[in-house]
Amino acid sequence: MGKLGWDAIPLHEPIPLVSAAVVLLVLAGVLVLVTAKGGWPVLWRDWITSVDHKRIGVMYIVLALVMLVRGFADALMMRSQLALAAGQARGYLPPEHYDQVFSAHGTIMIFFVAMTFMVGLMNFVVPLQIGARDVAFPVLNSASFWLTASGVLLTNVSLVVGEFSRAGWLAYPPLSELAYSPGVGVDYWLWSLQISGVGTLLSGINLTTTILKMRAPGMGYGRMPIFTWTALASNLLIVAAFPILTATLGMLLLDRNLGFHFFTNEAGGNMMMYVNLIWAWGHPEVYILILPAFGIYSEVIATFAGKPLFGYRSMAAATMAICVLSFMVWLHHFFTMGAGADVNAFFGIATSIIAIPTGVKIFNWLFTLYGGTLRLEVPMLWAIGFIVTFVVGGATGVLMAIPPADFQLHNSLFLVAHFHNVIIGGVVFGAFAGYTYWFPKAFGFRLHEGLGKAVFWCWFVGFWLAFLPLYVLGLAGATRRMQHYPETQWQPLMIVALAGALVILAGIVLTGVQLAVSIRQRDRRRDATGDPWDGRTLEWATRSPPPAWNFAVLPQVEGLDAFWEAKRRGGGTLAPAAGAGGAFEMPRPTALGVTVAFFAFVAGFGLVWHAGWLALAGLVGILVACLARGWRTDTEVEVMPDAGRAEAAS
Amino acid sequence: MTTAATVDAVPVSERGPAPRRVIVGYGFWLFLLSDIIVFSAFFAAYAVLAGRTAGGPGGVQLFDRGRVLAETGCLLFSSFACAMMSVAAELRQRGWMVLGAALTFALGAAFLGLELAEFAGMLARGDGPGRSAFLSAFFALVGLHGLHVATGLAWLLVMLAQVFTLGWRPRVAGRLACFALFWHALDIVWIGVFTIVYLGAH
Repeated sequence: MGKLGWDAIPLHEPIPLVSAAVVLLVLAGVLVLVTAKGGWPVLWRDWITSVDHKRIGVMYIVLALVMLVRGFADALMMRSQLALAAGQARGYLPPEHYDQVFSAHGTIMIFFVAMTFMVGLMNFVVPLQIGARDVAFPVLNSASFWLTASGVLLTNVSLVVGEFSRAGWLAYPPLSELAYSPGVGVDYWLWSLQISGVGTLLSGINLTTTILKMRAPGMGYGRMPIFTWTALASNLLIVAAFPILTATLGMLLLDRNLGFHFFTNEAGGNMMMYVNLIWAWGHPEVYILILPAFGIYSEVIATFAGKPLFGYRSMAAATMAICVLSFMVWLHHFFTMGAGADVNAFFGIATSIIAIPTGVKIFNWLFTLYGGTLRLEVPMLWAIGFIVTFVVGGATGVLMAIPPADFQLHNSLFLVAHFHNVIIGGVVFGAFAGYTYWFPKAFGFRLHEGLGKAVFWCWFVGFWLAFLPLYVLGLAGATRRMQHYPETQWQPLMIVALAGALVILAGIVLTGVQLAVSIRQRDRRRDATGDPWDGRTLEWATRSPPPAWNFAVLPQVEGLDAFWEAKRRGGGTLAPAAGAGGAFEMPRPTALGVTVAFFAFVAGFGLVWHAGWLALAGLVGILVACLARGWRTDTEVEVMPDAGRAEAAS
Repeated sequence: MTTAATVDAVPVSERGPAPRRVIVGYGFWLFLLSDIIVFSAFFAAYAVLAGRTAGGPGGVQLFDRGRVLAETGCLLFSSFACAMMSVAAELRQRGWMVLGAALTFALGAAFLGLELAEFAGMLARGDGPGRSAFLSAFFALVGLHGLHVATGLAWLLVMLAQVFTLGWRPRVAGRLACFALFWHALDIVWIGVFTIVYLGAH
């Protein structure tokens, strides 16, 4: 098994062992439950092998919620460690374990929670919103999801077999090179991200093609719902940025495994090139996450204010402006590298310029709220909480865009507070707004309102309680990634931050409670109309949950907010497109995606442990699965629209 | 005539879902663009590290321009043969298509053989990727292109098998068109490699 032996199981470390035991017990419990209820055929046919974009979207979101628990457990460990380890105290996490915890927290939260959640929402919503029957490449979509799941699995396996990276969430060399990180931790990090990154890239190609080539008749660019606009910008960024990540991780892999010298200290390697390359991907990544969230807020605010979005065109233009500008600011992540005053000034100004289209958006949302008939339902609470929180996060970002200020704040807890301010206040709030908003569309019943409000208030109050102290501590000189600190006067604020994290924990627990209660009360919460919020866009024109083909007859889109206009004209039925109707083809379920992803996991595990035969077996498995698929000719099934209508009526 | 006029009056963006053939081609174009971005990252790394020879040999000492010219000739003519193959496939002429494919494969394989011989010679002299950052970037960039060519050759064999077993189904024809796009894209990347790595050697 290459480098793998029994010593790779950390029997002497109780924390990972106990948590792994709990995870395995829960998994075993779920498996027993599914077997006892005879759920395997349904699970296999309707979910695991499904190529329906809606089911794949739901699976992405389930994966993101599960990983949120894992990533948040890491956060609680860090916060409690820092609440304890002041002065002479050393807390309960040894430094090498603490380093793994913060590396895993960042990696999991960005790649497997924020990213996965947003891709899931886009997957679910975009085809419905543009009046399409599925994404452009449904089988590829299934493969994308399962590859992401493979990356997640590989990261979690590192908890029990071996170790995870200690080199931070972006693994800067030379620390991440073989000379300084000889263990398998960085390899786990690299192969997890390489495998899930391919999934993300394919998903980006898929959704971009879907939006640009599969919109319903009549839906020109000026009539695309704003969430679709932001999804387009986000997926264009995925197509343009993720290849850079793939290449950069590839170079580090060559360094570590085949003795190359891209980023090493010796033989002319240049580690600052890694930092440039990784942020040439990493800064667009920030916008890949936040742009769809902006789209969600736009939909939610327009719907719950009962009026069209203010400044639709400027909103679309601002989205595309951010899309382009996001590639011109990467250097602000390392002003202290020493590129010189001119270069720093350029990137400082470019960074500040992004505040302009973002400001346009904020004002558009405020003007949409102004004079509207506001309904303060749960998605709207998240949207308003976002506006308040995100403005502060954005302002601290502009502050740090000024290079001299950044020299003071770089690598401090102020920075940690800033990016949590925009990612929690922007992306996570948006994810929960979208989750609450589209849940009835996915399952046909609403989530519990009271508990939803409680979840919001826990996150809102918990966020401020946890991160305002970090702004103060950062200004006082506390650096990020420290496992203990000598200044005992920092301890009270660290304890406040821990209290904030515990309030957020209550929010996460309540999310689970809300889901359980809502499922139990689903008959009371059922929505028969398919349009529970008085929505504006096409996804509300179909029933909830929608049939596999979304629309039996493709609609003819006459303007912006097509469904809203149809309701105002009376009836809310959309005119069918010319020539629409008749039979159409839908793809059959296939195990290709899950098979490829399984072998990708096998290959990744083999490559981490230098078990050549295992890696080869994985690659051969992928190849054989794809070739076998290439000779299948029965991949589609014909659907009759009348059968569709009959089912829609039932 | 009237129907053609009304269709033209509708802007392209409002004409509804594109035909399957267009969607597949468009998606594959996007994939190629993303692949070219992978290459551009390796080009950038090569540009940064080209002078970092760490006391080892530079490009001028290592590269044989005659061989590179032969490699370039092989690849460009193989692209021409590939275009002929596409024309034959369009006309459903299996014999000509096989001839085009055979030429494409032979020239591609010749290119790969020349490249591997170059790599083998450098490795034998101890000038492998571990020698210097310059050689790391060289082997990674040129090797990545070579890996793509090898993948393309394997893909071409699969496509021939598909044409013989499945016939000219739309799906097979679509895959063949994607292969042709892929093969031409590799030429474009090679033009960059030829210019920046070999002609720009110092």
